[in-house]
Order: sequence, then C-alpha cells, then structure tokens
Amino acid sequence: MMKLRHLAGATALGLSSLVFSTPASAFCGFYVAKADTDLFNDASKVALVRDDERTVITMASDYRGEASDFAMVVPVVDIPEREQINVANPALIEHLDEYTAPRLVEYHDENPCDRRLYERMATSAPPPEPAPMMDGAMEAEELGVTIEAEYEVGEYDILILSAEESDGLITWLNQNDYRIPEGAEEVVGSYLKQGMKFFVAKVNLERHDGSGFLRPIQVAYEDEDFMLPIRLGTVNAEGKQELFVFTITRKGRVETTNYKTVKLPSNMDVPIFVKDEFAEFYKDMFAHQVEKENGKAVFMEYAWDMSWCDPCAAEPLSRSELKELGVMWLEDGGQDQPGITRPGPMPRPGPQPVDAFVTRLHVRYDGETFPQDLAFQVTGDRQNYQGRYVLRHPWRGDFDQCEEARDYADTLVSRWDKEAENLAKLTGWDEEDIKQKMADGGYSASALNLPEPEPEKPWWQRLWGNG
Amino acid sequence: MYCLSCMDVRDAPAGAFRTLNRDARHWQLIALSGLFLISVYTTDFGARPPQLIAALTGTLTAQIACSYLTGARFEWKSAAITALSLSILLRAVAPWMWFAAGLIAIGTKFAIRWRGKHLFNPACIGIVTLCLLLDRDVWVSPGQWGQAPLIAAWAMAFAALVLSSAKRLDIALGFFGTFAAILFARAAWLGDPMAIPLHQLSSGTLLVFTFFMITDPRSTPDSRAGRVLFAAAVAALTAWFIIGPNVRAAPLMALAALSGLTPVFDWLLPAHRFEWDTSSNVKEGRTYDETETPGRGHSPGPVIAGL
Repeated sequence: MMKLRHLAGATALGLSSLVFSTPASAFCGFYVAKADTDLFNDASKVALVRDDERTVITMASDYRGEASDFAMVVPVVDIPEREQINVANPALIEHLDEYTAPRLVEYHDENPCDRRLYERMATSAPPPEPAPMMDGAMEAEELGVTIEAEYEVGEYDILILSAEESDGLITWLNQNDYRIPEGAEEVVGSYLKQGMKFFVAKVNLERHDGSGFLRPIQVAYEDEDFMLPIRLGTVNAEGKQELFVFTITRKGRVETTNYKTVKLPSNMDVPIFVKDEFAEFYKDMFAHQVEKENGKAVFMEYAWDMSWCDPCAAEPLSRSELKELGVMWLEDGGQDQPGITRPGPMPRPGPQPVDAFVTRLHVRYDGETFPQDLAFQVTGDRQNYQGRYVLRHPWRGDFDQCEEARDYADTLVSRWDKEAENLAKLTGWDEEDIKQKMADGGYSASALNLPEPEPEKPWWQRLWGNG
Repeated sequence: MYCLSCMDVRDAPAGAFRTLNRDARHWQLIALSGLFLISVYTTDFGARPPQLIAALTGTLTAQIACSYLTGARFEWKSAAITALSLSILLRAVAPWMWFAAGLIAIGTKFAIRWRGKHLFNPACIGIVTLCLLLDRDVWVSPGQWGQAPLIAAWAMAFAALVLSSAKRLDIALGFFGTFAAILFARAAWLGDPMAIPLHQLSSGTLLVFTFFMITDPRSTPDSRAGRVLFAAAVAALTAWFIIGPNVRAAPLMALAALSGLTPVFDWLLPAHRFEWDTSSNVKEGRTYDETETPGRGHSPGPVIAGL
C-alpha cells in the first residue's frame, strides 16, 4: 500500500452532537458551499489514532446546513489509495465524546447522626442530533489543476487534486460549486508550495441513504509529522472555531508541541443548581478559562487508560469500536464481553485490559490566536485526568437532633460559600447572583433557620473593648 | 557614624553586585531559578521541585565522583546549572530519569573531552541521550511555556545580563538570528503571515536553549567567527529538523549532532589566546575549568577521564 506521507489534513463532516459548542462555525478545514446561506458548522471532532508513524484520522463535525451545500477540503501531502479511505459509523465518535466528556458527580450527605453515602453521576454528554446532507457534482477543468485520483467511498465522491497555483485551484473549486471563502488564496498557496495535494469530498446523493447522517471520513496513513491543519478553518471564520481532538495511543497522553496545553480546572464542588444547567456551566467555564489563557491554550479535558473509568460518563469503547477507529495494534482474538452498566469504577468490557490511552483536547481558535497548524506529540505520561465537578446534596433533617447535626448545619453555610466562590472562579459568573440563586433553592443560612452570623468586628474594636 | 552607615547602605547593593558578578554563573543560576519557578507556577505540565531534586542529586553525584576520580576541584555551580536546565526542559515518566540525565550530563562532561574542553553541553547531551535510549518515556515540551511575552522579556533581560558577562552574546545572536531568518524567509516564500514565524520563535524552550545551552562557553568554538558559524549551523539543522523530518527536541538534537564540529572550528579558526586568558576572564571565573584533569586537560582527542 502506498505510503501516505504528510496527510496534513483534517476536516470534518456533518453529523452528530456536541451541545456545548458555541454557535460559531468550526472546522479544521474550511467549509465550502454552493449557497450563500449560513453555513454553520458548530464543532469539529477529530479522532487521531497514532502509533509510531502510523496514523488513522477520523473526521466529523456538526453540520446544520443544507446537505447539498456540504463539502470538505483537506490538505494532504501524498495521494491516498482507495483502501486508505473509509467511512466510519458516526456512533464511534459520539461514544468517544461521551466517554471522555466532563462529568458531574453527585454525593448525598448522610444524616450526620447516622452516616451513609450515595454516589450518582450525571454526564454532560447530550443525545446526538442528526445533521442533514448534501450533494454537489464536480467537473474537470483546466486551470493547472490535476485530478490525481477519484474515489467513491460510501456516500462520498472524493477527489485528490494537485495544482500549480492557488488561484487556479480556487477558481476550479468555485466553478465546481465549492464555495471557497475570500482570502483562502494565501493559505491554499502555502500548502501547495509545501507540495501538498487537496483531498476534497462531497456527498453523492444517489449513494446516500437519505438517513440525515453524514458519516465521518477516515484516512489511514503513515507520516513522521503528527499534526492537524487548522489554518483553512480560520479563513471563513465567523468568530472562533471549536475543535475537539480525541487521540488514542499505546503510550500515553498527547500534547501540543507548538501551543500550551493546560488542564481544564477539575474536581471542584459546585452548587446543586449546576445540575440543571450543566451545559451552560461547561460552556461558560470553557469560555472563561480560554479568556484566562488569552485564547492561546489547548485544553486537556480527559486523559485516561481506555481499560476503565471512574466515574464513567459512558462505557469504555469496545475492542471492535477501537478497531473501527483505527487502533491498529490490537491483536486479533481479543473478545469483548457485553458491557453491563453498573455504578462505580467500570472495567472495560472484555477479557483483558486494552492497551489504549485516550486524550481529549478542546481548542477554541481563530487565525490570530492559533496562526499555525496544531502539532502534537505522544508522551509517556499515563496519569489519569478527568473533568469532574461535584455536587454535594446536604442532609435535610432536624438539626437539633444531635450535637453533630448542629455542627453539620454550621459547616453547610461555609461549604455553600465555597461552592459559590468555586463556581464564580470557574465560570466568571457573578458570585452574588450565584448566592442568590442558591438561596432561592434553599441553600443559604436563612433556609436552614440558622441565625445569620454576625459580621465580625474589626480587630481594633476588640483590642481595647471600646467597640 | 550616621554618615558611615549611610555609605554602608549605599554600598551594599554595589557590593552584592560585585560578589554576584564575580562569576557569570551566578547570573545563570538566578535566571534559571526564575525560569524554573515560572514553569512550576504557570504550567500544568512543567517543571516540579521533586524533578529538580532528582536532577540535582544526579549532577552532584557525578560531579563529586568525577572530581574525586580525576583529582579536579569540586565545583557545585555547574552541576546546579545543569540540574536546573534539565528540570526546566526535560519531561519524563519517572524521577530516576532526571537523576540519570544528571549523571549522564556531568559524566559526559568529564569523559568526553577534546583539548581541555568538553565536547557536549552537559544538559543537552543528558536529554538527547535519554530521548534516544528511552523513546517516549522522556520528552521535551516546547509548547508548554505558552506565549506569554512576559516570560520572553523576563528571560531576555536576565539572559542579556548573563551573556554580557560571559561575552557569549555572539553565539546566541548567531543562533537566534539565523534560525529567525530561515523561518521568516520560509514564511515569505510560502506567503504565510509573519505571525507564524513569530509564533514559532516565541517558545520558552527555544529561549532557554538559546541563552543557556548553546551559549555554554566550554563546548563551543573559541573564536568569534567559529562560534557564529557554529551557531548558524545548529540553527540551520534545527530548522531542517522542524520543517523536514519532525525530529523531537529539534534544537537539542541539532546541537548534540553538531557538537563534534567545535574542535574542527577551533582547528580551522584558532582563537587568539587573549580572548580567553585575559584578566576579565578571571573575574568571570572562566580561566579555570573544574572538569579539567591535571596533566590530561590538553591531550589531543576525546579521553576517558578516569571513568
């Protein structure tokens, strides 16, 4: 099989979920369309399976426009053979998304006079939303553009194009109903000068089952570079772009080498009402943290051994799912047992642990904050990390029941203050508003019928007893 | 009395400055300590104190052992500088790896020498050796400094001080200038916005490398022309490593790969002795070499010094 060097490209396909994306367009490659209507792609999701130089990329994105307007353009360095291209089940990326999603954990305080503990977990992963489809016929033209290969893969018609000049390529694409945004010449020209080809795909409606789904496109290739081209996506930027990168390696965590990788703040107690607005919470927290890093960081939201999870936002991916995603080092013969959802730490369904480490990276970018394509490296770091937020339900009962209960009531108030402070710090929400909201829900000193603590006197008033 | 105390107060900073300035490595220690603290406090995947302790244990162990074996004077400052560089630049999965890097760094400094100079920058060869031996269990995180201009400015200011003292600004500028020129020229040819090379240049790892590693006076050519040529060669190889085969820890790999050129440059472009044996060098603590083996320091060719 021909080696696909430098598949420098990843763009996405219309499909699936991600409720927490901002209403900005997002795409690692740029989005091209026939109509002038809003082409809104909310969040791109890319899975990168990497072992040495072997890489399998799976590209998916939220796409909510007309199906016929959908197309994707990805710079690649070599011409992939037909066997290197595949279409994936959209559920794969959804499952990966759910498994790695930031999670909310609930604890119920026991009766301070008689302690018991419950734990329950709510996940942030929302049900997926289907996206519509598209079509577009292509014509061969002569503008210094060569069609290097032409494939029909699933519902897609795929062309691999090479070109002398960016102008010629852009003209050809525009003539063929790809609507290339203004200002793409420089970026396209830069990729062409680096010897890259362009992988362009459209949906062939005749081969499409009309299900409303566009399946993710997968490409298997080998290259020393471990990167993701995002520059095309910034050309038609309507504000910031949203991108999730899920990497699966044998070795460990993946980080960006040309941008700072930071952990999303995690493991904090937050007020109970966050349960009802977890999506809002996550969205605002992410926005706030991006702002704190001046928009220039890549956020790690999950890093975990795929053999288990605790708590599980979703079951770990099965062996067959991992293989479909391109985990090429799994030996044949391993078998999954049907996964049974149960509380507590969840071992991976299967006879033996699977040798796969997943990292979820979340990037909000534009051409200014992320001028360069994302470059990654695999590290040996296998420390588990997850975005986890904790709700602690107070015990409600007669606080005069026992001494412990009275003490407990006192700790509740300071605990709620801390929760409000945490939430304000995480999201940038106003702390007073948070406290008001908590009080409305019955999480305040007055709701407990505790006397409001008197404000402490300044120290000098206590000094000479003349306060 | 009153006046005397006034003068004491006024002279105190000058005295402290003189004391610090007696050895250029004092400035390096201060600057590297600052960078270490920045890494500790501003990054999620950066340097951590236990790593520094592991590295320091390694460098000091090797320094003590080698000093004993070779009869050279024990010198802690270089060991501390190497340990700081290791903990700032090297990431690894286990603490013993920083220790091993420290051992290798200082051990190599004593073991592989040419005409009284060690061939490799200690921290550089320590990291490169581990990268080659342990594969992905060690790595360098060039992106983990963020782009905070504050860090750049801070490091630059301190580095400038270090370098003005060590008289090695030529090699830093030679490296950085060549590297920047290559990146800007490439961006211009590709039609890329200049934001891209600027982004590539504002990496913390690159700054540490430029000002604290390639500028190591003992593993670079003696003559100014030799140093600048050497720096340009390292810059060109670094750029190729990044643009071409995506070699990790590119500048360190390039420096290690080209360190063998130093004797060649010294042979082709012998330095006038006054460059290094003037009294100003005594002030900088640079006329002696604590790694030098009595009677062997100027033997031609790499020698295994009692290891």
